[in-house]
Amino acid sequence: MSEAVRFHFDVDGENFTSAGEASVAIKKTLRQMGFSPDIIRRVSIAMYEGEINMVIHAGGGKADVTVDSEKIEIVLADNGPGIADIGLAMQEGYSTAPDNIRSLGFGAGMGLPNMKRYTDSMDIQSTVGKGTTITMQIRIA
Amino acid sequence: MTVRELAQQLALTPLALPDGDRPVEGGYCGDLLSWVMGRAQSGQAWVTIMTNINVVAVAALTDVACVILAEGSAPEADVIARAESQGINLLQSEKASYELCVGVHRAAGV
Repeated sequence: MSEAVRFHFDVDGENFTSAGEASVAIKKTLRQMGFSPDIIRRVSIAMYEGEINMVIHAGGGKADVTVDSEKIEIVLADNGPGIADIGLAMQEGYSTAPDNIRSLGFGAGMGLPNMKRYTDSMDIQSTVGKGTTITMQIRIA
Repeated sequence: MTVRELAQQLALTPLALPDGDRPVEGGYCGDLLSWVMGRAQSGQAWVTIMTNINVVAVAALTDVACVILAEGSAPEADVIARAESQGINLLQSEKASYELCVGVHRAAGV
């Protein structure tokens, strides 16, 4: 494609059960655009983990997905509490999720590691008290 | 083996079976959703005791062939409705997760 295609989603921080709607929508869209199941799986899982994180920790946020001829870029931005120690947060099994979230099967400390595992690059910009922006890229060419 | 055949063989109760002809290739067992998200593979039967609505999203995103709710776990009606609308096969059993995994392996192991 010559023109980049962009998608924007507002992730509702109040509604935990609807978390995942943006990722499921992106999954359908990428399928219609003819991407391989592997690419679709990687994008939708990385985005879902990010969505869940924004709902659990940040009271929601914004998700922007851009598809161009070389890559799919996902930018997740929130105005939440920020991440004090990104190295610690990236460790599998480390989580600050509260018990009510754990009882739903989340909070295993796998969110950020999964996002890194499924993408080709991942950048985290975070300021404590201001928010977090995560940019992930998946190469398609 | 299809999901429908697996359900018959293991005496599973179909709660939603919108895609019963989907083939099953092996299985995955787990209750921590992010863990499952990172490891379950497309086409597997996913055995879990979790029943909240996020299970449907995880099943859709990992593209598993079906979800088998173990140990008599019972979802709310809205979870079943969501599974139906998103094309997710949702099955239920009184058997323990271990027993179901053995059954899946014998029937559709790869």
